[in-house]
Amino acid sequence: MTTTEIVDMITVIIDGFEVSVPKGTLVIRAAEQLGIQIPRFCDHPLLDPVGACRQCLVDIEINGRAFPKPQASCTIPVEPGMIVKTQLTSVVADKAQKGVMELLLINHPLDCPVCDKGGECPLQNQAMSTGRSQTRFEGVKRTFEKPINISSQVLLDRERCVLCARCTRFSAQIASDPFITLNERGALQQVGIYEKAPFKSYFSGNAVQICPVGALTGASYRFRARPFDLVSTPSACEHCASGCDMRTDVRRGKTLRRLAGDDASVNEEWNCDKGRWAFKYVTAVDRLTHPLVRNDAGDLVEASWPEALAAAAKGLKAASAAVLVGGRATHEDAYGYSKFARIALSTNDIDFRSRISSDEERDFLAARVVGSSTTYRDIDRADQVLLVGFEPEEESPIVFLRLNKQFRKRALKVTTISSKLSIGVEKLNGEFVKVAPGQEAASVSAQALTAQSIILVGERASESAGVLTAVAALSDSTGAKIAWIPRRAGERGALEAGAIGNLLPGGRPVADSAARVDIATLWGASSLPSTIGRSSDEIYAAVNSGAIGALLVGGVDPLDGANGESALAALEKAFVVCLEIAPSEVTSRADVVLPVAAVTEKSGSFLNWEGRARKFDAAVHDSLNRSDLRILSMIAEEMGTSLNLSTVTSAAKEIASIGAWDGARVQMQQYSSTQSPALNGDRFILTSWRRLLDLGTLQKGEENLAGTARQTVAVISPSRALSMGVSDGDLLKISTVQGSVTLAALVEDIHDDAIWAPRNSRGSQLLVNLGAAHGAVVTVVKI
Amino acid sequence: MSEIESFKNNDVDIKKVEFSQVDQPGSAGFYGQAKGFWVTFSKIFKKTLTVEYPEVKAPTQERFHGRHQLNRHPDGLEKCIGCELCAWACPADAIYVEGADNTEENRMSPGERYGKVYQINYLRCVFCGLCIEACPTRALTMTNEYELADDSREKLIFEKEDLLGPLRAGMLMPPHPMYPDMNDTNYYKGEVTQAHPSQDVNK
Repeated sequence: MTTTEIVDMITVIIDGFEVSVPKGTLVIRAAEQLGIQIPRFCDHPLLDPVGACRQCLVDIEINGRAFPKPQASCTIPVEPGMIVKTQLTSVVADKAQKGVMELLLINHPLDCPVCDKGGECPLQNQAMSTGRSQTRFEGVKRTFEKPINISSQVLLDRERCVLCARCTRFSAQIASDPFITLNERGALQQVGIYEKAPFKSYFSGNAVQICPVGALTGASYRFRARPFDLVSTPSACEHCASGCDMRTDVRRGKTLRRLAGDDASVNEEWNCDKGRWAFKYVTAVDRLTHPLVRNDAGDLVEASWPEALAAAAKGLKAASAAVLVGGRATHEDAYGYSKFARIALSTNDIDFRSRISSDEERDFLAARVVGSSTTYRDIDRADQVLLVGFEPEEESPIVFLRLNKQFRKRALKVTTISSKLSIGVEKLNGEFVKVAPGQEAASVSAQALTAQSIILVGERASESAGVLTAVAALSDSTGAKIAWIPRRAGERGALEAGAIGNLLPGGRPVADSAARVDIATLWGASSLPSTIGRSSDEIYAAVNSGAIGALLVGGVDPLDGANGESALAALEKAFVVCLEIAPSEVTSRADVVLPVAAVTEKSGSFLNWEGRARKFDAAVHDSLNRSDLRILSMIAEEMGTSLNLSTVTSAAKEIASIGAWDGARVQMQQYSSTQSPALNGDRFILTSWRRLLDLGTLQKGEENLAGTARQTVAVISPSRALSMGVSDGDLLKISTVQGSVTLAALVEDIHDDAIWAPRNSRGSQLLVNLGAAHGAVVTVVKI
Repeated sequence: MSEIESFKNNDVDIKKVEFSQVDQPGSAGFYGQAKGFWVTFSKIFKKTLTVEYPEVKAPTQERFHGRHQLNRHPDGLEKCIGCELCAWACPADAIYVEGADNTEENRMSPGERYGKVYQINYLRCVFCGLCIEACPTRALTMTNEYELADDSREKLIFEKEDLLGPLRAGMLMPPHPMYPDMNDTNYYKGEVTQAHPSQDVNK
């Protein structure tokens, strides 16, 4: 903190003890400072006070004048001269609390034995501490049909609800997805959804987590375990670059659920549904368990580890080799790949960007991103946020929650430069700068920002030439901070680890001889390769032209890139050593396949978009799978060199010893945008992004989760729809020379030249079906 | 563990322990020996208490804690709801339960939930009966069966099918639907006394 905030302190007496708290603090929170626990259900520190459950009644007296009746301590802020008596010192407060508890339990069913919340239920616990031991109620309890699905992944049991409104307040205030509300009045009051709109929020899992009873439960965790069965491990989310703190609950070596952890500086207490409910890929039946080696007949057969390692080493040594590491490796694993490329393969041909990327992006990352530290706190203090090639709700949901918090609190101005107005930006009431796909650069340059502004740049900014050049120039001219927010959790870590052709670990430029000496000394190597390495696309092309003969591939989907055909051909042609958890397009074409540990089975860390380390330990301890780092060390030994990275801890230590680079950074070249293509009649320019819930590899087998994915549609503008005679729901066939997809039309706010479709959703896998994702001209026909 | 280690660390040397002389009683005199043998001799004329086990098996006390049984409702549905309270109560961690969802096609018990996996490890069980006290549906009780010896560890982990009570007259093998117009509360109140013909889905 650079500035000290001056706050008025108010002193109150609670149960005879004096406590000083900042002005505006609620009584219940002041009592917590003293360690006095007042029972509560509706109160939540991150939600607005509501006083719905009445469980936290206390006696309050201000300057000698007492309130006539007990008051809800969760809605009353402290005042000077206030004397509070809680249930511990006031008989009246204690009786009032007991009475409220008795009323809450009147209609609460006695189904604790079958309730998922049983054993970790605030109502159970507080009924024990505050309730009566015997019921006096002899009537018939109110019943409802139970349970009902309010979405494919959330179940609602209305009998259990104590009407605390935590779920509805979360949905309205934090997620801005007001799909659930309290209906009816009196004894029949109940949480409900509009019958035509299920609870399709990307954040619905948080409502389940903060429900103080078992009224909202998750469909995938239903009846799976009790709290005492579970071994909990603090962990970090591997799904996106937001960097959520998580808790992984494991029963007998199997992950049963994941909960949002509490980290005030990152995810507060929230996470998204993908982070919470997409973990079955780890226990999928098709996990690789044994090394596979291609035999003389050309078949992949199971082999022993020594055999497989020897085959891998031999193949990598025999030809010039390159390394492709997907964006999902941990920081330590990426460092292992980076060091392996330089030491064992003597090449800078390594790239973590297994997606559409550009040389402009590589320059931008080296010049502006590596080593930088824009944080969530900067968003909290920004006067304006500019989104470039970035959809926060779909691509980094916690960034969206933070923007939304600031928007609700102080109407933070958000501007997006995009072709299509998204639901997320609409919720933020963002300014929509409408541009044709591929023409974003000019609009970026035209933005007026200040030194307190932030430019959030997504990985899709690399898909239009000139955009990142314009972003860098805008930052230089206005002083606005840049934050690069990739979609995948490992990309920032891989960048810092030098898993890219123009950088060594610690942001040291390959072209700088002092930087090379720096790292060579650390590694005990005589010298390091000095030519700038190739990018992913160039590596595939070099394989196809014969310049590269072998590939080391870890966690890559070749169809994520701009040229899938070329990638598959290269994998077919080269000698491929693949480190993977499950069979994929790469393993089927590989010559040696080595199974590796999934995130839950190993320790390590991810660097989130801020560059903040998110450390985690292995949640499943009895796994036989080894980390990528361990296997790379073994291959290196087999090749006759040593990485000296026997464990994750030693890798982390070595990374920490590198330190920041104080030499000159890579200078960014100027790239200019391309001309807008000429369009006529049925021609459109394609634009797209990946949705949070789609066909991603890590969401395999999560049917409940997939049920809340947004509808797959093709979006066109009202004027083009009118001229083509298209209305909502009509089928549109979008085609390129490679293929076509047919989707239902949705007429929405989008640039007239553009057509939008989800990039990797069911029925719309653009990179596979069309071979294009953004900026390409497509033909659209109504059918 | 730590106690053993600290003991080792103290470096106890057996040679340094001091021994002291203790007075031992000598052999009994004639009177003493005769008194002892008289007890043996007099038993010859009394009723025999030992039985020729295993040819003869004496009945246990009625409330003897023997092997567990998972009971059924009178129509054959299982009483176990998979709540794991038995496992929670078990001081020896001998019980493993996994619950699952009852569906219309696959109903094993009345209500929402049934015990999909139910294991008792008789190498661990101390027959204290706390699980029986914990069971909210009287699904788990103990029988008087005490012959629980076997030659492998695996055989002494009893699965659900080993523990389930037999199908008696009027019972149907689950899965089958609940008795018409009855809900789980009616079942717990004992208002279902036998299976209804409509429950027999195999008929």
